[in-house]
Amino acid sequence: MSITPNLLVFGALAGPAALAAIGVVASKNAVRSALCLVVNFFLLAFLYFTLQAEMLGITQIVVYAGAIMVLFLFVIMLLNLGSLQLFDEKKDIKQPIGIALGVSLAGMLAAVVVPNFMKVDDAKKVLPNYGSPQAVGSFLFTQYTVPFEGVAILLLVGVVGSILLAKRRIS
Amino acid sequence: MVGVPLGAYLALAVFMFCTGAAGVIIRRNPIVIFMCIELMLNAVNLTFLSFARYKFAMVDPSVQEGSRQALAAADRAIGGQMMVVFIMAVAAAEVAVGLGIIMAIYRLRDNIDVDELNLLKS
Repeated sequence: MSITPNLLVFGALAGPAALAAIGVVASKNAVRSALCLVVNFFLLAFLYFTLQAEMLGITQIVVYAGAIMVLFLFVIMLLNLGSLQLFDEKKDIKQPIGIALGVSLAGMLAAVVVPNFMKVDDAKKVLPNYGSPQAVGSFLFTQYTVPFEGVAILLLVGVVGSILLAKRRIS
Repeated sequence: MVGVPLGAYLALAVFMFCTGAAGVIIRRNPIVIFMCIELMLNAVNLTFLSFARYKFAMVDPSVQEGSRQALAAADRAIGGQMMVVFIMAVAAAEVAVGLGIIMAIYRLRDNIDVDELNLLKS
């Protein structure tokens, strides 16, 4: 396998994404974790663009880096976790166990999955409008209507439930 | 991308997933735990999209354009993207409800450390 310009582009996107993923877990401050997660989501959106899933890349930026992260930061602000430093992470047995489990899980998965697909290169010729909004939308409203409506109901229930949880005082 | 093997995307996805899994175990702040779950979901999304692109998106030259086989191929190719759309929607609902629960617990206890939450233990 040779170093191609595309591989360098991939490395420039994937390396910082991996670092940001570590930053989410490693940083003590919750706000800093959230900002690392925003960086990670943005870089993932660009990786989606490299996979020609343009519609989903834009959705990733709008939904994840926009809406969900605003929700996270809003809750951190409401709970005032940024300044309080409530969570001096205790050095206990959980930490080495978690790290060991993560590393061993990564090793096992990567050893099984990654070498098999190291030879698989991308197709030169891709289906026309593979990731375009038109294709995604037309499939969403024809073949995938039932799951689409199911997700719509789920989101409605989620909205009602979260309003209920936020309003009422649990006693 | 041409020149980038599928394994490279999968390696990044594996790394992100395992970082998220380790973070769920290590961290005690429930908000950060939620962020780690989002990380894992996004790793899965990346896997879906890269397999969809590398395995199902190529044009088969023997299939005539507009034929039934071509339509079936387009159908297979779009499956991964559809899954990602639904995962995103479910993740949004999950975060909204989860953060609502965290807010409710915080109002009740003034403390959201997951190691000290034992309301269900009688």
